[in-house]
Amino acid sequence: MEKQKKPVTKDIKHEYSIKGMDFVAAGEASSNIKHTLQLIGFAPAVIRRAAIAAYEAEMNIVIHAWEGVLITSISPERIEIIAADTGPGIPDIDQAMKEGYSTAPDHIREMGFGAGMGLPNIRNVSDEFTLDSSLGRGTTLTVVIYPTA
Amino acid sequence: MKLKETVNELEAEFKCCKLLPDRDVSWCYCSDLLSDVMANAKKDSIWITLQTHPNIVAVASLIGLSAILISRGAEPDPETIAKAAQENIPILTTKLPTFEAAGRLYSLLKK
Repeated sequence: MEKQKKPVTKDIKHEYSIKGMDFVAAGEASSNIKHTLQLIGFAPAVIRRAAIAAYEAEMNIVIHAWEGVLITSISPERIEIIAADTGPGIPDIDQAMKEGYSTAPDHIREMGFGAGMGLPNIRNVSDEFTLDSSLGRGTTLTVVIYPTA
Repeated sequence: MKLKETVNELEAEFKCCKLLPDRDVSWCYCSDLLSDVMANAKKDSIWITLQTHPNIVAVASLIGLSAILISRGAEPDPETIAKAAQENIPILTTKLPTFEAAGRLYSLLKK
């Protein structure tokens, strides 16, 4: 009897490097991620959620870290975005998750960043949200979105 | 409504992407906080802001806004215009302050 073929679905993986304080390139990784999701054909609402998570995570690295990467792993059932940086880390994660709390300096707030909405925005669009941080070393954020959820 | 149908009432001038006057405009969002716009502006909205730096283009592009209107006579940075041309995001300016621009747009869109 013929063996039933299992569909081989490989995750599409991409990695984007991000430099701290590079406001010129800021947003490019997120734009690429959005473009990839559009090519795959996810629903606009799903793409919006992923774009918000990617952009806020990317800007957090630009604003707060020395350098970092966005790593995406995409399959039809699951969109994972990992934002890993080397940087100062987050001293108090509960505080960082509070809407309106930000440690961004004034010149960055004047640009309209640092409203203390980034992490809460990411959590709001995520199905899974994990934030790990080590002081003086860096922060890793993992976001998972289930397109069918 | 099309973008071009709002230009007169907003006393607005295209700074880039003049060739995209037929973009749909269904609503508007006013904010100078980028994360606020990311979270709350609806697709196909005009975003009215005083921010002029290039990062506004990425925000508008990522959430599918129809245009950015820079109010109260502020001018976009040249890098902003270059980036907007690349991403096909129309940027317009008006001398009207945000409240008046939004008020006029509200009347147009509510018709």
